Amino acid sequence: MRLTVDHLTRYSYDTPVRSVVQSHRLAPSVFTGQKTLDWEVTVSGGTAGARHRDGAGDTVQGWTIAGPVTEVLVRVRGTVDTEDLSGVLRGHRETVAPDCYLRETAPTRTDAALADLANAATGADPLSLAHALSAAVADAIAYRPGVTHAHTTAAEALALGEGVCQDHAHALIACARARAIPARYVSGYLFATEDGTPHEAAHAWAELHVPGLGWVGFDPANRSCPDARYIRLGSGFDAQDAAPIRGIARGGAREAMDVTVAVQQSAQ
Amino acid sequence: MCLAAAMRGSGWADRCPATGLHKSWANGHAAGAGATETLPAASWLCSIRGQGSAGEAVAQFNEMFQGPGVETEVRIPYARLKDWVATMPQELRSLKQAEAEALFRRIGITFAVYGEGGDPDRLIPFDMFPRVFSGSEWARLERGIKQRARALNAFLVDVYGRGEIIRAGRIPARLVYQNEAYEKSVAGFVPPKGVYSHIVGVDIVRTGPEEFYVLEDNCRTPSGVSYMLESREIMMRMFPDLFRENRIEPVDNYSEKLRRTLASVAPAKCKGEPTVVILTPGHFNSAYYEHSLLADLMGVELVEGQDLFVDGEYVWMRTTEGPRRVDVIYRRIDDAFLDPLCFRPDSMLGIPGLMDVYRSGGVSICSAPGAGVADDKAVYTYVPDMVRFYLGEEPILQNVPTWQCGKPDDLAHVLANLPDLVVKEVHGSGGYGMLVGPKAGRDEIDRFRAKLTEDPGNYIAQPTLALSTVPTFVEEGVAPRHVDLRPYCLVGERIELVPGGLTRVALTEGSLVVNSSQGGGVKDTWVLAE
Repeated sequence: MRLTVDHLTRYSYDTPVRSVVQSHRLAPSVFTGQKTLDWEVTVSGGTAGARHRDGAGDTVQGWTIAGPVTEVLVRVRGTVDTEDLSGVLRGHRETVAPDCYLRETAPTRTDAALADLANAATGADPLSLAHALSAAVADAIAYRPGVTHAHTTAAEALALGEGVCQDHAHALIACARARAIPARYVSGYLFATEDGTPHEAAHAWAELHVPGLGWVGFDPANRSCPDARYIRLGSGFDAQDAAPIRGIARGGAREAMDVTVAVQQSAQ
Repeated sequence: MCLAAAMRGSGWADRCPATGLHKSWANGHAAGAGATETLPAASWLCSIRGQGSAGEAVAQFNEMFQGPGVETEVRIPYARLKDWVATMPQELRSLKQAEAEALFRRIGITFAVYGEGGDPDRLIPFDMFPRVFSGSEWARLERGIKQRARALNAFLVDVYGRGEIIRAGRIPARLVYQNEAYEKSVAGFVPPKGVYSHIVGVDIVRTGPEEFYVLEDNCRTPSGVSYMLESREIMMRMFPDLFRENRIEPVDNYSEKLRRTLASVAPAKCKGEPTVVILTPGHFNSAYYEHSLLADLMGVELVEGQDLFVDGEYVWMRTTEGPRRVDVIYRRIDDAFLDPLCFRPDSMLGIPGLMDVYRSGGVSICSAPGAGVADDKAVYTYVPDMVRFYLGEEPILQNVPTWQCGKPDDLAHVLANLPDLVVKEVHGSGGYGMLVGPKAGRDEIDRFRAKLTEDPGNYIAQPTLALSTVPTFVEEGVAPRHVDLRPYCLVGERIELVPGGLTRVALTEGSLVVNSSQGGGVKDTWVLAE
């Protein structure tokens, strides 16, 4: 499937800030399921830093924006050919050992309820267990925007019984770890075929490490594994660690952020 | 919506003066945010049995004498000191001691003792009686320390690369990859010259003429080298005759060697003479004196996070003549505070964007982020295995024998010998959750027996060691007091060790605690030329 992305993030500050520094994980992952045809990231008033590929295989790019500025625009445009690999991250070069992703972070802490949810899941083999865990999370947390926020933990989302893709991913990571399966957070884009609603286009899911297969994506929010509708950007322990844009403004102004994302299918 | 949540940036307010950054001499950890500079850990020392601690006579090695007892033959390195002490009149001694204190106070080496009450700018007591190593004793120590520093660095390069030592089953994956100090963000990156830990502080105790044990390795930012330098300076000023009579190896070239070491790991992108800086958390940090001393001696800038910034592919320093590119940062702040974009988002001590520049080879950071995984307490047990695995050599310096209670055989041994052992929590610090068998009552031992049986994997056990002593000036004259040693091994293009180090002494009789609140002091450490 050929997907085009137009993703605009606007940071605005109530008083001018002296400088802004950002770190981007905004390039499509390099693996068998994705082929990038063209891709461009622009930052208003920004100077690009050196780019590197980190141990998790993500392309990381630093940016500095000299002030005073009251607005920074980050625009991502590009085209990617995708292929359905049933969620398997085939051909992805990385150094980080899967066992690293058995580490707990604040949003992915496994409380008693998450452990119960994880332990109730059954599977004849690791892959079936991973599917069962993903289904259990989807059953336990209904998709409902607006009830959770950026800092909601997996335990809190499960207690609420509602949340968005970030909460689903955190909960699945917590459950997988409870069953000694390394798991990580993935951020990317999703082409929502049915109605093309833009708020779904910026997406997140989880990857579980399955012996023999390697990393396999699971998207409890959509009860599926990533397929040709997904574009993978980068990964981390949790949402904060995998954030496509991390930024800091010097100068103490209040920051507001506005995001629009459009993912379209284009003719091959 | 989801991506938006993940992308929320955080406004970075202007720096606010942090407070409470005083280091606790007691447990060797910074009490405030920013820097965990390690000093020899007192918790280790109190685990080592000394005179009378168990109410039994333990043969202790006095480094000045050939055998046990006090009036036996003097060992050669101390030969000349015998006359020096014997002929020193009491008045002269008092005078010199007062002079030493005045010098220390004038140069401003004071140590803020957090949480211990009293004068925060109290001097660390300086004992004028030097600790002496012969050239051949030192040669062996030097080989052992360098060997360890090489193995630790090889381990770091390995665990951030292919992890061969884990694949080979020589160290459990969990200890490394789930370790708090393991930095995923630097996996796959090899720092210049393959060095992660550029200054390795190896804490060593001695129990006999040939018996040395490593208590712990400090691969991040070992502190205390200023005491080594100032103690020597003061001794030379007060007792110039001693330095004429004894052929003592110099230590004052440490700063030059440190500067060369740091310059030798400049990134490949750096052409010409590298610009080196020392990054300090600020003047409220208790080791600030040391940071400024080293900057002075090396002739490099002492900077705080706000003095540096990232622009494009490099890190720059604000100067009166405009921005100047920085090639090597000798940081004395913890990983967590280096870069709020990569580590703690709330940190105001670091430089936003630093890690991206580092990872792309625009700047070197010493010690390299992630080096801490090599000096973890649980990883310590495996350092002898690292020496064998990476260097194909037998370790020259021994670890304190350690039983891993998670292993059934070890547990059985520990349970059978609890009254003679020290039992510690794997992740405990500062002496909490620790059993000192020889000092414990029956109730406490029974309590630990229950704990060990319930959660054995959480504990390690070690024997009690009879720590060596060195003659020390005390109220009544001269008496033996327990000591430890921290040499500072430099690793860059070359690996170097200045002949000397920081000797700490427990000034209270029978005490093994080198805690300043309990009378811990420092001595000049001599290595004699062969």
